[in-house]
Amino acid sequence: MSTEVIHPDTHHVDDGHDHGDHKPSNFLDRWLFTTNHKDIGTLYLIFSLTMFFIGGSMAMVIRAELFMPGLQLVEPDFFNQMTTMHALIMVFGAVMPAWVGFANWLIPMMIGAPDMALPRMNNWSFWILPFAFTMLLSTLFMDSGGPAAGWTLYPPLVLQTGTSFAFVVFAVHMMGVSSIMGSINIIATIFNMRAPGMRLLRMPMFVWTWLITAFLLIAVMPVLAGAVTMLLTDHFFSTNFFNAAGGGDPVMFQHIFWFFGHPEVYIMILPAFGVISEILPTFSRKPLFGYGSMVYATATIAFLSFIVWAHHMFTVGMPLQGELYFMYATMLISVPTGVKVFNWVSTMWQGSMTFETPMLFAIGFVVLFTIGGLSGLMLAITAADFQYHDTYFVVAHFHYVLVPGSVFALMAATYYWLPKFTGNMYSEKWGKIHFWSSAIFVNVLFFPQHYLGLAGMPRRIPDYSPQFADFNMISSLGGFAFGATQLIFVGVVLHCAYRSKVKATPEVWEGSRGLEWTLDSPPAYHSFNTPPVVTHNALSRAD
Amino acid sequence: MKKENTVIVALAVLAALVATTWLILVAPGLGSNEVNMTRGVTQQSADHFELHMIVLWICAIIGIGVFTVMFTSIVLHRKSRNHTPAKFSHSTKAEIIWTVIPVLILVGMAVPATTALVKMEDSSGAEMTVKITGFQWRWKYEYLDEDISFISSLDPNSNAARQLNSGMVPANVDNYLLNVDHPLVLPVGKKIKFLITADDVIHSWWVPALGWKRDAIPGFVNEAWTNIEKPGTYRGQCAELCGKDHGFMPIVVIALPQDEYDTWVSEQLAEQGAAL
Ligand SMILES: [Cu+2]
Ligand SMILES: [Cu+2]
Repeated sequence: MSTEVIHPDTHHVDDGHDHGDHKPSNFLDRWLFTTNHKDIGTLYLIFSLTMFFIGGSMAMVIRAELFMPGLQLVEPDFFNQMTTMHALIMVFGAVMPAWVGFANWLIPMMIGAPDMALPRMNNWSFWILPFAFTMLLSTLFMDSGGPAAGWTLYPPLVLQTGTSFAFVVFAVHMMGVSSIMGSINIIATIFNMRAPGMRLLRMPMFVWTWLITAFLLIAVMPVLAGAVTMLLTDHFFSTNFFNAAGGGDPVMFQHIFWFFGHPEVYIMILPAFGVISEILPTFSRKPLFGYGSMVYATATIAFLSFIVWAHHMFTVGMPLQGELYFMYATMLISVPTGVKVFNWVSTMWQGSMTFETPMLFAIGFVVLFTIGGLSGLMLAITAADFQYHDTYFVVAHFHYVLVPGSVFALMAATYYWLPKFTGNMYSEKWGKIHFWSSAIFVNVLFFPQHYLGLAGMPRRIPDYSPQFADFNMISSLGGFAFGATQLIFVGVVLHCAYRSKVKATPEVWEGSRGLEWTLDSPPAYHSFNTPPVVTHNALSRAD
Repeated sequence: MKKENTVIVALAVLAALVATTWLILVAPGLGSNEVNMTRGVTQQSADHFELHMIVLWICAIIGIGVFTVMFTSIVLHRKSRNHTPAKFSHSTKAEIIWTVIPVLILVGMAVPATTALVKMEDSSGAEMTVKITGFQWRWKYEYLDEDISFISSLDPNSNAARQLNSGMVPANVDNYLLNVDHPLVLPVGKKIKFLITADDVIHSWWVPALGWKRDAIPGFVNEAWTNIEKPGTYRGQCAELCGKDHGFMPIVVIALPQDEYDTWVSEQLAEQGAAL
């Protein structure tokens, strides 16, 4: 974060009478007690980047143990702790808070609001997170070890976790509280604080996708909280919700968990759809194709995400009718998802494209997310899933939608808006190097895992038959290289924030459209104190 | 400017090379590795393999189609070629087309997918029944028509080699991690029903050559069936995370012709009788 003072006379847009640059000078006041959406956004982004590296280092342990057959580095139980923690940290600590960070920074600037609707709650929903994750991580150092039953926390296995389980459950509760407060804030902001003329169907796609994501979060985080609470009482207070011997039902947990879990995957990807829909038009110098159908497709995907959960459970022994229903419903999701991909390609078609780093990551997203989406369609086919289920094919599938999917979109968003946030341009050369090496290594890392799964390697195993050795070694090498590559990203961001001599213009990009680009780069500490006039051509769409 | 571009172009070319290498050289077979789903030795596994190949091809064609259009656009419609941007921003006709066509493709996929699933779930008319129980971390098999039952665990050689820093080379161990002390012996050409359950946590019984996996859940009895067409030894593993030794509870099925199977049964009965 640049802390330099912005002089009122450089303001691009008249912010109103008070050129409020009331940044608290005291460090604690500025960061711990902040209610400023930009500062809180920055906190979220720094936090999630930290978690990205912690979760990533766990992935390095996993790939190192899987580098060759035989156990060389860790005991199987610790390996299971690593896979479990890696997922929990990446899902709840890296990807979700990163999107909330961008929401904080961007939504008020995109809709012409001075700040979030509920700034104090905004502070609280961020500051819960470091405590939640400190607690979660601390379980690794407890006598009974961290959770080792997978991030899906299936009973009865998860009930074999030692006393540290109580800390895991409480940490999940806190993450849920944080997410719900964040979502309420986003919904309240979007519904109440739009500038005059910013009708709902004029909002930028990123705002739309976040609005829908926020509803998903409010709907499903309490479901997860309920499920883990039942685990907690089963573990410590002798209830039998999920214990068959006591009249409970272990499969019921899976139904409840995936009722949360499937929308959860869209919580991680919908904001990514929004970002891609912002970036492609900018660098194609052409309006987003099919804005209306993009909004409806997003809403349809969100609705469908509630009624497909049991496709994660095809092997638990459901009745035939149930399996058929969940197969058909899941296949249906590919229709609105396909509309999105086709609309993105049409946005690029006949454009006047340039390929700055954000555009490269966006194109990488469209290609690799599509691959992940297509393997998802394969997994929906129940009978074939009897083979795919719980193998590395599944691991490859969801990593394609999450890493070159969500994470690439996060990278794209960072490169796209960082000049706006900091007022400086990043190094295009290093950005491109970061993109190309990420794009190569992410495929070396995850593509072989399709083959491993099809050849019969189950997921979540610390050791394997030598027939799987070659692809595991390739995958591990790709993993180490991909991990190392992300250090370039940190370098680029730090350089941009503190060292870069190239100042960003307010528009930053030639083709950029939207209210945030009418503000200075960096914007004043308090922007849009008086609402802007929303004109047609200020927006990224023409219809 | 030029120098920077060299690095970036080099990386881009490398990316293209890596992708091509994958598709052409590595994918069809790295050493002797399997890279695709097995066709297996049952009607079910063949069905599931066919289904897998159908959807794989459909997905590949869709993917190639989309990427071709996209990369054509990337090559032609760039600013450096002075391409002027078009102004269009929607086309109801196009959007209806690319909603309807995918729906039709999905219907086409759903037909074979439904047929295979209906067949898979019909376990009627089984000629014998085996009960499978998952434990942490071994399997118990009970032949309900005979008086045979035994426990099947990871074989001792694999077990010694798999210890942390055992110093043993996995490649030198016979069927490392995929070998058991007491394999499940089954006759070929018979419809066999499995009753699958577990005693402690959830496991999943999976032999790829038979074409399916089914969870073993405490308190539940799941049904599945097979009809093995070819004698042979088929190996699989537990597929549901079940604790620290989840990776170390393999499954071995030995399929024998009926007469050899009958001999095996009488041997087992004699052995178990002697043990009593
Ligand atoms: Cu799902
Ligand atoms: Cu297992």
